[in-house]
Amino acid sequence: MNTVAELLRDAPFFRSLRSEWVALVAGCGSNVQFEAGALIFREGDAADSFYLLRHGSVALEAHVPAGGELVIETIDAGDVLGWSWLFPPYRWHFDAHATTAVRATAFDGACLRGKCDADPALGYELTSRFAQTLIERLQWTRLRLLDVYGNVGVR
Amino acid sequence: MSAFAERAPAAGPMLPQPFRVCRRRRETSDTWTLTLEPLAGEGLTPEPGQFTMLYAFGVGEIAISVSGSERGLLTHTVRAVGAVSGAICAARTGAVLGVRGPFGNSWPLADAAGADVVVVAGGVGLAPLRTSLQRLERARADYGELTLLYGGRTPQDLLYRRELDQLERRGNVGVGVTVDVAAHGWLGNVGVVPRLIAGARFDPGSAVALLCGPEIMMRFSAEALIERGMPAERIHISMERNMQCGLGHCGHCQLGPTLVCRDGPVYSYDVIAPLMEVREL
Amino acid sequence: MNEGDTAVLAPDALETLIAALRERGYRVLGPKLRDGAITYDELGSAQELPIGWTDAQEPGGYRLHRRDDEARFGYAVGPHSWKQFLLPSRLRLWRARRDGDGFELDNDSETPAPLAFVGVRGCELAAIAIQDRVLLGGHYVDADYASRREHAFIVAVDCFEPADTCFCTSMGTGPQVEGAYDLALNEILGGEHRFLARAGTARGAELLAELPSRAPEPADTTAAAAAVQAAAARMTRGVQAGDLRDLLARNLENPRWDEVAERCLTCGNCTMVCPTCFCSSVEDVSDLAGTEVERVRVWESCFAVDHAFLHGGSVRRSGRSRYRQWLTHKFGTWHDQFDSSGCVGCGRCITWCPVGIDVTEELAGIRSSDGARA
Repeated sequence: MNTVAELLRDAPFFRSLRSEWVALVAGCGSNVQFEAGALIFREGDAADSFYLLRHGSVALEAHVPAGGELVIETIDAGDVLGWSWLFPPYRWHFDAHATTAVRATAFDGACLRGKCDADPALGYELTSRFAQTLIERLQWTRLRLLDVYGNVGVR
Repeated sequence: MSAFAERAPAAGPMLPQPFRVCRRRRETSDTWTLTLEPLAGEGLTPEPGQFTMLYAFGVGEIAISVSGSERGLLTHTVRAVGAVSGAICAARTGAVLGVRGPFGNSWPLADAAGADVVVVAGGVGLAPLRTSLQRLERARADYGELTLLYGGRTPQDLLYRRELDQLERRGNVGVGVTVDVAAHGWLGNVGVVPRLIAGARFDPGSAVALLCGPEIMMRFSAEALIERGMPAERIHISMERNMQCGLGHCGHCQLGPTLVCRDGPVYSYDVIAPLMEVREL
Repeated sequence: MNEGDTAVLAPDALETLIAALRERGYRVLGPKLRDGAITYDELGSAQELPIGWTDAQEPGGYRLHRRDDEARFGYAVGPHSWKQFLLPSRLRLWRARRDGDGFELDNDSETPAPLAFVGVRGCELAAIAIQDRVLLGGHYVDADYASRREHAFIVAVDCFEPADTCFCTSMGTGPQVEGAYDLALNEILGGEHRFLARAGTARGAELLAELPSRAPEPADTTAAAAAVQAAAARMTRGVQAGDLRDLLARNLENPRWDEVAERCLTCGNCTMVCPTCFCSSVEDVSDLAGTEVERVRVWESCFAVDHAFLHGGSVRRSGRSRYRQWLTHKFGTWHDQFDSSGCVGCGRCITWCPVGIDVTEELAGIRSSDGARA
């Protein structure tokens, strides 16, 4: 059974993170599991954590009045789930449901925010890594906005 | 009618051959797959990637990729977006359509012998790749890892759903499907195709990729493949332009120095990428 | 008489020439005056030629003036080219009738009378050769073009009166006619008005033998050569044609395209008068009941917005992109597609452009700003 620190070192998201920071971040982490279909977080709730998915998939969903729940993105093993802990108002923007059985490492966001305030260099490092993920997700979202498969009459 | 039009002595390859619709299946809200049998003669022997000009009597003709050609029967998956495609999609079993062709070049399957093959499709773009997938699977032993990455708008807009399930179950081809958005309950991926490429199993140094779909999606997918280390000349894309005659005589399908009906529709990315970058070329 | 033989003809011999062609069953076409221009039409006799007329051409301008001699071919080219006969602007490809669930094709054919062209210029012969490559030189042959072309009898004419808009010397197509003609005529005006004729094929020689003629003397040959040289020297426009393919390929974002787009009306006149433009569209026309249809091929221009139509929109929406398509295709990508230039230097596009856009100027403009980006 890998320790959280070992899991961090292996994860692409934390690649080349300084070892003292690995220990710091690992200190805020713990392993969690979700059953298929379980709710991981709800839109509007306090966002005080983020997850490093190790196994399984998670669906990010938005509730559309009279439209039901729409899955707007799926997060897979190896990805990071949740960035709302890093930016005010520290609230979840979407629902997240496990679509399969999920094993993940959950990180205490409030705890980590404290450590980033104490060590701005760590704060900068984590913010940069999350920004990278955000940029990637934004580009993919923009690509979907183009609705390339969609009704051709829209053009 | 056209008293002033002179008359051609022999229309030759501009003459449509009559084919009867023998099977008809609705794929999505606006897409149908038709199977056609020749009224006379042996029919056509198109290579994977080629297209025909499909004619609806009295309405007109459009270029459609061949998505099946077993035992002399021709299969076409058509999306109803205009008068001609609408008329073709409305053709009942027993109706007669005209067929000219096949035209164009084909997917370079022979070049991929011994290598991993990544097939990347978007929307209706899976149709021109269907016969390639069939051939690849049939000659499984001649290739390395086979992967299909397929993207669509929603789960209801995916083509050949039953065939895809069966393909996945047979286990010869790794199948990754993603949609732009889905209703709760969809257990598959929601995202974009280039993202599936990041996690796909293939050796970038030797693999061959076949791409077909909306141009923007193919460009982003090709870039994702190149980021994984694939050389541009082993990435092949099916281009689309306004094909009218299919013979290289009408000039409509020009894309810079190339005539898509004659030099394409399949191009290697190193050749076509610079042309795709010029706006309104 | 054999291929390569020469003879000297008096102007009256042209009457015999045209009569002989008609007797052989040819539909004789040649220059005639109509609506203030010299156009190509059915020639009943040599008297119908624009005898004693000349043209003055400039960007966006064309006027006819009287000459002070009786030259039969004392002008350059007008708005028509021979492509209207080889690649008709409207051609029915086939007819079909609804038949139950299907349809029956009616491929009735009617062999048109063979054509004889009288007065084909060097640039025009080169243009015909260029269209031959497009329509006959690929994997598919245009059967209608092939049959019209095969039987076409060509009586070519060396130019001695180039227009200001001509630049055939830059494109290597004139003023002397070279290529596959049946007969070529060089009109000599100084002193005795005569024609030095040369046979290009066996059937051309056969026809020449039937015409009243005399053997050429050194004075005839000298005069003929001098006329061609003088014409070449009078060329006012030119193009550096050697490297246009690469020059244009690397200047697709040159600001010159924006400049010309401000003037160009995208009217497509240039494509209509150009002797090498071949783009066509196909129309499926049906009667009101929808039971009888015809497929008709019609001329099309790349300036039409719909020309490059692709699901729900045009690939070339702006006038800028369509002008760029035309010029880069004609002088650049034609090389990639058909192994030659698409331009023969006839100057028609310059004359018949309503706003007087001059392709030689546009090319020079691109060259002088080579590498600039908008």
